[in-house]
Amino acid sequence: MRPVAISVDSPEASRDLCKKARYTYTFLSDPNAEVIRRYDLLHAGAGENGHDIARPAEFLLDASGIIRWVNLTDDLRIRMRPEEAIRQAQKLL
Amino acid sequence: MNERRRNWHLWLGFLLCLVGFVSYLPLARFPLTRDVPWVSYLFFAAGLFSLGIGLSRAFGRPEQFRGKILAPVLSLLGLLVVGMFCFFIFHAAKQLPRSARSPQVGQRAPDFSLLDANKETVTLAALLTTPLLAGSQKAPKGVLLIFYRGYW
Repeated sequence: MRPVAISVDSPEASRDLCKKARYTYTFLSDPNAEVIRRYDLLHAGAGENGHDIARPAEFLLDASGIIRWVNLTDDLRIRMRPEEAIRQAQKLL
Repeated sequence: MNERRRNWHLWLGFLLCLVGFVSYLPLARFPLTRDVPWVSYLFFAAGLFSLGIGLSRAFGRPEQFRGKILAPVLSLLGLLVVGMFCFFIFHAAKQLPRSARSPQVGQRAPDFSLLDANKETVTLAALLTTPLLAGSQKAPKGVLLIFYRGYW
């Protein structure tokens, strides 16, 4: 399974984050929140200085691009547990 | 007249309320102590109990204990700390958009084209078909899209 992170951060910010945290998977930059809007995940004005940002959300796609699992938290504190994503991904195998 | 005793329960109670609040910051990193902030609740319960003892000593036995001014002040501050915590946990953290029109299970994920951290254009179609390991021929079994708030 391929994890892909998406946020409004610039490629530079993502590169710094990857370096610092030693992340090796793909980080995508959606500075104008176009894709975030397309997925209806815009949290308007919730970022620093009133920036529009993404709300936390996870989508698991199978190899053909069909969505097999969606995780939309209703609480900022309560995020996806990695083991839950792995459990869901194992169902795809 | 005897010297009246210090009402240390008031300070202890207020301190426990503060610790309950601050302790959540590191504990929020672990799901077991994050989802339900039970450690903070224990501190708050002990803190408010201690403040209660301090209050009843200050007003119930004023000839023995000090703190008639301190008791209401520290009790209010303690309640304020607990109240701010509850406001964050039960209200502020839940102010998320509903995302009712998000793509659903069974639907095809909308394609997109974005820059990665190396400023290279990446499409969802490519993410679905490019092998995970260089030199391998096998496409990934799936893709997990993780939208996050970022560091703006």
